[in-house]
Amino acid sequence: MHWWLPLKGSTFAGEIDGLFTAILIITGIAFFVVEVGVIWFSVKYRHRPERKAFYVHGSTTAEVVWTAIPAVTVIGLGVISNHYWKQIKGRESVPPDAYPIAIHAKQFEWQMTYPGPDAEPGTADDFTVRNQLHVPLGRNVVVALTAEDVIHSFWVPVFRVKQDAVPGMTIRAWFQPTVPGEYELGCAELCGMGHYKMRARVFVHPPDEFDAWVKQQLEGGAEQ
Amino acid sequence: MSSLAAAPVAHAHHDERPFVRKYIFSTDHKIIGIQFLFLSLFFLFLGGILAMQIRWQQGFPGQPMPGGGILPETMAPGGLLLPEYYIQLVTMHGTFMVFFAIMPLLVGVYANFLIPLKIGAHDMAFPRVNMASFWAAFLAGLVMFASLFVPEGAARAGWTMYAPLSARPDLSGAGLGQQLWCVSIVLLGLSSILGSLNYITTVINNRAPGMTWFRLPLSVWALFVTAILGLLALPVLSGAAIMLLFDQTIGTHFFDAPAGGQVLLWQHLFWFFGHPEVYILILPAMGMVSDLIANGSRKPIFGYHSMVFAIIAIGFLSWLVWGHHMFMSGMNPTLGSLFMVTTLVIAVPSAIKTFNWLGTMWRGDLHFHVPMLNAVAFVAMFVIGGLSGVFMAATPVDMPIHDTYFIVAHIHYVLFGGSLFALFGAITFWFPKMFGRVMSERWGKIHFWPTFVFFNLVFFPMHTLGMGGHMRRIYDPTVYEFLKPYQPMNRFISLAAFALFATQFIFLANFVWSLFRGKKAEQNPWRDNGLEWSLPSPAPHGNWERVPTVYRGPYEFSHPQAVEDCLPQYVKLPGDPEPAGAKGAAG
Repeated sequence: MHWWLPLKGSTFAGEIDGLFTAILIITGIAFFVVEVGVIWFSVKYRHRPERKAFYVHGSTTAEVVWTAIPAVTVIGLGVISNHYWKQIKGRESVPPDAYPIAIHAKQFEWQMTYPGPDAEPGTADDFTVRNQLHVPLGRNVVVALTAEDVIHSFWVPVFRVKQDAVPGMTIRAWFQPTVPGEYELGCAELCGMGHYKMRARVFVHPPDEFDAWVKQQLEGGAEQ
Repeated sequence: MSSLAAAPVAHAHHDERPFVRKYIFSTDHKIIGIQFLFLSLFFLFLGGILAMQIRWQQGFPGQPMPGGGILPETMAPGGLLLPEYYIQLVTMHGTFMVFFAIMPLLVGVYANFLIPLKIGAHDMAFPRVNMASFWAAFLAGLVMFASLFVPEGAARAGWTMYAPLSARPDLSGAGLGQQLWCVSIVLLGLSSILGSLNYITTVINNRAPGMTWFRLPLSVWALFVTAILGLLALPVLSGAAIMLLFDQTIGTHFFDAPAGGQVLLWQHLFWFFGHPEVYILILPAMGMVSDLIANGSRKPIFGYHSMVFAIIAIGFLSWLVWGHHMFMSGMNPTLGSLFMVTTLVIAVPSAIKTFNWLGTMWRGDLHFHVPMLNAVAFVAMFVIGGLSGVFMAATPVDMPIHDTYFIVAHIHYVLFGGSLFALFGAITFWFPKMFGRVMSERWGKIHFWPTFVFFNLVFFPMHTLGMGGHMRRIYDPTVYEFLKPYQPMNRFISLAAFALFATQFIFLANFVWSLFRGKKAEQNPWRDNGLEWSLPSPAPHGNWERVPTVYRGPYEFSHPQAVEDCLPQYVKLPGDPEPAGAKGAAG
């Protein structure tokens, strides 16, 4: 069992995990301060017959300090997060050279349409494979998500990519796989009684292996 | 107690209304509060039963559930839960807990019971509207409960009821169940709107002489701001539920994309209601915890004014954060940036409140009675729920944890670790004024400690599941290779959840036993300062014969001039000026 985050399988997985760790440290400090305070005061000031509570209504200095520190921290966090957010999800962030795959989600399967050897979607050599996402290692990939019936959500934990597929919309999400191997794609949005089994396999191939797979799909009559 | 000798005289005459008017179709705010208490405790228990079935399936997928044989074939043939039944379980667990347990427990019970008693009013401004509010909630509960028994089963699109799954019976597999969900929510919205109108009007108009805005207890401030949120948010939900009902039944296409509808509209409407809603579910708890911690610490609340402004700030900001539920929805990412900032900023007033609670305990004289124990647990647990919210507020980090068990952990740290602990404290604290008896201190502590331990054993590991990518609302996690290694943890969580549920029978037993056999309560068993403690226990119909006069704020514990460590709001010290509008000296 993993006690930490899954394998980092995309270029921005490290950035997201780094931000996760940074937030964990910041919130960890806040957590520590509060919990130690609670326990320490609970023990130190517990009732004793001779004890009299200190009659005080507050302290402006204290209020200013514990308003300012959280405020500065969260705003700083917002600025840093926004920097990565624009890089990862911003409308302009999709690299122009990215390999395009159209993914159509429906109850309860994923239909991946590949652009074929010409790497152009919408041409005659496109082919569709069910429940298998094959992507080339070290190359930017952009998925164009559509949904047939209800909302589904494209979720590949090792890539740290999640994006809903919404009926009536085409939503693009990009990533660059960095570790070859076989992984899993799941549906992350409740989409009906078969939601739990709306699973696809993800293959990250080295470039030559990927080309060979495309070729083999075309020869084998890929429409499955 | 010498300081209580000046307590205003209560209604002494015998209440002669017939039983039905007195206890069933009652217009007395206290009886209505108690009615809400029984109604919502029932749904709390029911929601717990559904949670146990969820945990059975997660911990032991593919194994027949003990006792599952009593469920019909359409739910669990041979005790094996079906996927379509499982998604009804998660939907109805969330629905019951949010709308019919926590919300009415906090608002229905305590806004009703506490507002008039704490501000010195005879009753609510509109007692009959108040009665209508309870009966609308009762009807809503009845409809929602009935939906469990219709042939296709209850609603099954998650408590957030995302369209178009919820709008299309052909896609969800449930027709009538989905419709009953909408009808029930509209009725519940009506109940909340009627209630909120009453709470707002009462706080503004019916305060006793001397009860200035900055002498209001923080519980009343929180309930007041909550009522404003409820009044403005519930109509949005009701409207959305009616649109959804029309999509399901009369062929409209509000949320149906192929016919020209807009799928994300539901999410915008739901969360425009839904985010104020989550503050409706925590603000009253924060307010009551402030009362309990000041009482338990025998010390004035630290930073009263900043606490009030923090409540108002949370109430205001709660309208500007709904989009943080939609970072992955396909909404324009630039809007995501905006909602991230507002969401992070709302952490500031929450931090202020937390540090002020700590400041209140600092150099106090801490009496760990059961309400205080639960209130301190609230602070310790709410902090975890608040801080885990920072992870999902940061948009890039939300990408991997959105729709995973990390979110489930977060919401339960806020709603169980926060609201429910506050409620255990509040129920114990005001039990004497409600029923004239005191809940057992010993059994209260026996209930508290295992609840605290098992709660953490259930929900803390869910953060780890979420970090691993474990999706919510999946019937059988072992379908996924990457989730199989987490099965021992899922099983551990389930066992802890069963223990947590079993522990709640201690509370139930203590509650029922104390109702009939508990020690008779004194007038002011917690040596508190609020106006409600100037009345006998239980408080009589109409509350005061003559409303008390208020001379100071509600948290004057350990005042140097007072003989005792409490100095109630209604006690006049030599030199206290008589407030405008006071009808002579109290009593």
